[in-house]
This record gives sequence, C-alpha cells and structure tokens, in this order.
Amino acid sequence: MPENQNFNPEDGLPISKVRAGKVSKYKIEHYVAPLDETPLQAVDSIKETGKPLSMWAEAWRSLRKQPLFIISAILILAIIVVAAFPQLFSSQDPTYCALENSNEPGRAGHIMGFNLQGCDIYSRVIYGTRASLLVGIFTTLIVVIVGGALGALAGFYGGWLDAVLARLGDIFFALPLILGAIIVMQLPAFRDHRSVWTVIVTLAIFGWPQLARITRGAVIEARSADYVKASRALGLSKFNSLVKHVIPNSLAPIIVVATVNLGVYIVAEATLSFLGVGLPGEVMSWGNDISSAQRQLRTNPMMLMWPALFLSVTVLSFIMLGDAVRDALDPKARKGA
Amino acid sequence: MTDTATPKPLLEIKDLAITFSTPDGPVHAVRDANFTVMPGETVAIVGESGSGKSTSALAAIGLLAGNGSVSSGQILFDGEDISHASEKRFVELRGNHIGMVPQDPMSNLNPVWKIGFQVKETLKANGLAGDNPKQRVAQILADAGLPNPEVRAGQYPHEFSGGMRQRALIAIGLACRPRLLIADEPTSALDVTVQQQILDHLDTMTSELGTAVLLITHDLGLAAERAEKVVVMYKGRVVEYGPALDILRNPQHPYTKRLISSAPSLSAQRGDTHEAIVDEIVPGKAEPLLKVSNLTKVYDIRKGFGKKEKFTAVDNVSFEIPKGTTTAVVGESGSGKSTIAQMVLNLLDKTEGEIVFDGEQIGNLSEKKLFKYRRRVQPIFQDPYGSLDPMYSIYRTIEEPLRIHGIGNTASRQKKVKELLEQVSMPASTMHRFPNELSGGQRQRIAIARALALQPEMIVCDEAVSALDVLVQAQVLELLDELQREMGLTYLFITHDLAVVRQIADNVCVMEHGKIVEQGTADEIFSAPKSEYTRNLLGAIPGASLI
Repeated sequence: MPENQNFNPEDGLPISKVRAGKVSKYKIEHYVAPLDETPLQAVDSIKETGKPLSMWAEAWRSLRKQPLFIISAILILAIIVVAAFPQLFSSQDPTYCALENSNEPGRAGHIMGFNLQGCDIYSRVIYGTRASLLVGIFTTLIVVIVGGALGALAGFYGGWLDAVLARLGDIFFALPLILGAIIVMQLPAFRDHRSVWTVIVTLAIFGWPQLARITRGAVIEARSADYVKASRALGLSKFNSLVKHVIPNSLAPIIVVATVNLGVYIVAEATLSFLGVGLPGEVMSWGNDISSAQRQLRTNPMMLMWPALFLSVTVLSFIMLGDAVRDALDPKARKGA
Repeated sequence: MTDTATPKPLLEIKDLAITFSTPDGPVHAVRDANFTVMPGETVAIVGESGSGKSTSALAAIGLLAGNGSVSSGQILFDGEDISHASEKRFVELRGNHIGMVPQDPMSNLNPVWKIGFQVKETLKANGLAGDNPKQRVAQILADAGLPNPEVRAGQYPHEFSGGMRQRALIAIGLACRPRLLIADEPTSALDVTVQQQILDHLDTMTSELGTAVLLITHDLGLAAERAEKVVVMYKGRVVEYGPALDILRNPQHPYTKRLISSAPSLSAQRGDTHEAIVDEIVPGKAEPLLKVSNLTKVYDIRKGFGKKEKFTAVDNVSFEIPKGTTTAVVGESGSGKSTIAQMVLNLLDKTEGEIVFDGEQIGNLSEKKLFKYRRRVQPIFQDPYGSLDPMYSIYRTIEEPLRIHGIGNTASRQKKVKELLEQVSMPASTMHRFPNELSGGQRQRIAIARALALQPEMIVCDEAVSALDVLVQAQVLELLDELQREMGLTYLFITHDLAVVRQIADNVCVMEHGKIVEQGTADEIFSAPKSEYTRNLLGAIPGASLI
C-alpha cells in the first residue's frame, strides 16, 4: 500500500517531538468510583457454563424458532410423504379412467372431480407429486455436485482453470433455462428417450453455472482466511485444505441457493411438460395435467386449478425454506461472529 | 473554581443508563455514568472494547443502534436535556452544534462522490453553503491541512490515503463550526506517525475554533496526551475521572492502575529476567537459527494489455535470529514486514535471496523436507477471529496438526490437547467449545496452543497481539514470554507497534518501504536511534513522554 509514500511528502507538516499534555483552565475534580460497585474481574475470564454450540447448532437454534421455517418444513415433509407413499392418500387408481365420468364435478370419494378422460383428478394430483419432486431433488443434487465442484476448483486454484470455467459457465448462463431446455429436449438423443432422467439432465446442464458462480465466490472469500493459511503452515496440502477448511466454510450460501433452486427446477419441469417437451405423456405429473387441462379451461377450470395449486404450494415451501435458512446462516445476524 | 464567571458545562451526562434489548434479554451497556465536558475542553473516554465508551458518546448525538435506548438519567447539551429528544431536534443539533469524526476513514466516505461534494452536502444540510459554496469547500479543506484544496475537492475518496481521508472527515466534522466534536477512535486505523499528525492537526483546529472535543479511545497514553480530562470506563461504568496527568501519574481505582501497568506505551522495557538468557548466547559462537540474506520480493502489477509494472515489496533484506531470542520486525503498513513473515513460513515464494533455517536453505525444499520444516516453524496470525476455522471445535483445531503429522493415537492426542490448553492457561473444558464462543484473547491463546502442538523451534508472530485490548494483549505477551523461557522458543515478531516491541524483543529491525532502515538490539534502538525514521516512530508513541 503506497499510502504513506504519497502522504508524507505532500503533507509536509512538521512532526512535533515533545508533547507535554494539556492542563485545563477549569478545576477538574478527581472522582473515583466506590470499589464495591465495579469489582475487578479476572482479565478475559472464560465462561465454562452452558452447552458448547457449533455454528450449525447455533443456526439450528435460531432456525427452529422461525415461523417461516416451521411452516415450510411441515409442508415439505408432507409433500415428501405424499411423493413416497401416494397410495396412503388416495384409494383411487389414477390410471382407472372411465369416459362416462368425463368432466364430472366432484362427489363423494372423488372430491376434485374428473378430467376429460374421466380420471380422478385428486388421485392424479397425489400421484403426480413424485415426478415433480424427483426432478427437483435430483436436478438439485447434480447441480450441487457438478456446479459446486467446478466452482470450488475454479475459485480455489484460480488462473487459467478459473478463466476457462468462468467462460464456459457464461455460455450456459447466457441461455435462458427454459429456452435452452426446450432446444436440448428437441435433440434426437433426448427426444427419443424422454423420461424423468432426460428432464433432470437437461435442467442440470443449464442449472450448474449458477451454483458454480455462488460456490466460486464463497470459496474465494474463504480461501484467503487466516485459518486456511494456518492449515497450510501446519503442513496440510493445498487440496486437503480446500476439502477440510475451505469447502465446509463455503456451504452456507450453497445450501440457501440450492434450496430455493429446487423450487425453480420443479417449475421448470412443469413448464417443459406443459409445452409438451418435458416428461412423456404417460408419466403422471402436474405439468402434464396442467397441459391437458388448458383445453378445458372454460368448461372445467378446476381441472387446471388443482395441480397448479399443488405446484405453487410446493414451490413456495422450498423458496420459504431457503429464505429461512438464509436468515439463520447470515453471520451478521449472529452475535460474536 | 476559576475567577471567570461560573462556567456552564457544554455537555453534562447525569446518571446515564443505556439499555439494549436483545433476544437474550436487556443488556445494560452503560450504568450510572456521570461526567461533564466544559466549552473548549478536550475530554477523553478510555476503556476496552465493550466498556460502553462509544455507546455513551453515540447517545449524545442520537445515533444509538435501533435496539438501544436511554433507560434513565440525563444528557444535557448546553442545559437542554437531549436524552429523549426527537429525531428532528437531533438533525438540528448534528453538524451545527455537535460534529462527529468516525473511526474508520476507509468506509466513512462515500466512494462514488467527490470529496468536495461530500463537504458541500454537509454545509447545505446545515444551511451554511453561502453564495460561493465551491470557495467555502476549498477553504475548509485547506483548513484541514490538505494541500491544493481545489484539486483535492474534485477527487474521489480512493485517490486519498488513509490519513488524508481522516483529514477530510475531520474537515466535514468541523465544517459547520460545531461547539462539540465527538471523535470516535479517530486514528486507531492509521499508522502511528500519521496518527500523530492527524491528532496534532485536530488539536490546532479545535483550539482555534474553541470546539470542545469528546475523544473516545482505547489508548490511555494517547488520552492523557491529548485531553485535559480523562474518563475511565469499565464494564459500562465510569470508574474514575479527573485531570489527565493526574490520572496517569496517580491512578486511584484498581482498574485504572491495571490499565496503566498494562499499556505497552507507558510501561518499561523487557524485564531483566529475560536478559539472562540472551547473555548465554555469545554472538558469533552459536549458529543463528534463522538467517535471512538479501531477501527480495517483487510483485508484478498488471496494468492491462499485457503490460506489467514491478513493485518491490521487500528489498534486499538481511537479518539473523539467534536461537532462543526474539527478533521484532517493525514497520508501518506497506513496509513489507508481513511479506517477510509469509516468505519465512514458505507460504509465498521469494524472488531473490536466501532464507536459511538451521543450516538448511528454505525455498527449494522437497515436499518431504518442507513437511518436516512445517513442523519446526509455526505461525500465529493477527486476526484472532480469522485464524481459527469457525467450523472446527477447539479440540479439532488443536488436534489438527497432530493428525496431519500422524502423531500418536486418539487417546494420546486427547491428552496432548489437554496439556496444550493448560500451557496457554485455558481450562480443559474449553476443548468442546467453538471459536465463536471465545473472546479475541482466548482465541489467540488457542492459536498459540495449536502452534505449540508440534513442538516447533520457531514461531512467527504476524501482528499477533495487535487486535487485542491492552489488558489481554499484556496477558498474551506474558504468555509468549513464559513459553520462550520454558521451551527455548525463538520468535520472529512482526508488528507495527514499537511500544510492544520494547516489551518483547531482544533485537529489532525497523523497516520502511521494503528496506531495513535500522537494526540492532532493542536497547540500542530505543535509547539511541540512528535513523530519522526510527526517531519519528519513537516520537509518535503516544504518552511516552508523560511518565
């Protein structure tokens, strides 16, 4: 830092050598507080009571008091149970469709009524949860692993690796997720094997750069910390210090972004299915149901409303959870950090 | 009482109590505080972090954080109780009647506005811009001691050095000729020579204008030197106040006594106990543990379009550290002292020169030898909040070096961690805690324990005590000294604080702009400094001349 170098010559103020202190023209009384009021304590005494708290434990403690977290966590748990055991929630076979029931309104045992094909809407919505959730969870997993690893390497090692990965990420970043996914899903390799997995791979292709960027930023911040320097001086190899110190300290923003993005991927899947390029028609999913409902929007709007409502609630819960986690992990809101 | 008409205090704090409401219940930051500031008088509030010194001053200008409030007592400014004044009243008072110089010159100027504009804004807000605001601004900057004020007014904050920014902030604080100026640690982010110039300047300006100053500082020496009256705060209470020199020379409260005996700038040089060890080492006879010769570090600064400029951070530096002694490398920011530490630790490659540790060249060591070298030389860093991994428990932190070097098994490592904690006077129960639960001084002791785990021969302390409160600093320095005597450790001590050097070092190297300008034993440097730069540094230690 060249601060002093410019400063002294420009300033040119003489430095006085002897400073004698000041004496006031007023009489100043010399007050000493009574001793018993402020007894001296040992310098820097150590608190030995109370339970030790790691950063995660402390975050959890503040998290579990947040209403936003409680609501979203309950909703997400419910959604997961529905996706895992749909038969517990619906006694109807969603694939049993009778044309005589076409567009029938709700009645006992079929509270949401029937769609054009005469299938029970409620059981289709319940059974459709699994596809949406699978796409959301697996896309997020792949994105976190691929994007996280590439971002961490780029941020930690820098140099040409960073430059190449950053440009590569920029290329994918420049393409809007949905537009890119529509094009990829039209490629013969994807079009001919449409399934939950092709949708996951397609979304992951366009999803990883965002996570790579977030990870890269967090890693760059953590790698310059003194504890990383200290671990190197202790003899830890560069790669090990990345794995043992830098990555664990970069997790917070990754978790937040991944949680919010899980909701975004579910929406993306529904959008692709709605456009007819996502999940194949025989897979039950909210996107497919919304897609087939649009033709009946005027005659039977509820056919569209129910899957859309489930979709919105699911996405909202993940975004709310992400928000709550962000608040809990925000170091500025935490004392002593 | 003087013979002038009974003076009326400008600021009077009466039984003041300030409470912050937190999720864990109310925190009483200040209790039963009493003190007065007379017109034109400089009053210093001294205390450690958390003593309530800043809180008391901020209450007087209505800038308490949102969850804080005056729970009882009065703040009388010129006879008016402003402890519960409206925001509107405070807006009237601020600038015109009470000015403020904040602590950190780096973050308190808006980087997107020119300096001149920021001064003009202050004038406008207080209706003092007049007909020719440009000229007023230039005049104010000139008064603040900035040369070429018209040019300076058109520059952005990043074009100013730290000292110049603080001058600009003082100019803004005094722009509207307030009667009271609150200066919250105005120079603690600056180098000691710059600090001296800034405070000299603040003195001159306030005495010309007759402004009273409420100076908040952690440095008792500085307070005694710059203020007529010193108020000592401890744990939210005023424990002692009185005439500055009287407090310094004749402290009454045990806390003040403790503070004075711990302040490095006020205390005596390294104890006699230590010199005995130094004497055992006859120069020339024992091989130095570390020998640095002609060490140079040149950085390439990219200028765009493939152009590069060379910047020499460390320039042809040579020194030796005899075994079992402490060598301090002293310099202001940008002197290259930390770069030397990083090169000795082999965390940074050198450009030229040699570093020889115990007869072996460092720099072109094989991986295996480097690993062994790591065991023998350990660092302690400046920032106690940054040097411990927040994710690791204290046990894992101290155990890490043992694990890396494959020493012992789980049971023996646990025993070793307990021993190490004891060595740095921490209870063994600390090992299950996490760094965020410890204070700065405690973290630094954990960092020392971690450094000691591998039983190194040399420890590189990079500003290891600079971020600590004086009392804690004294405690850590004492610990380092004790460990040296017990274990025969060698220290390379990097610091900007000459006062600390006097307490701990046997030999001193003074650095300026990457070069060593003077080196010798601590006694030589302090009693007979040869270079002008060293003399300036020594002269700038606040309070040294008062005892």
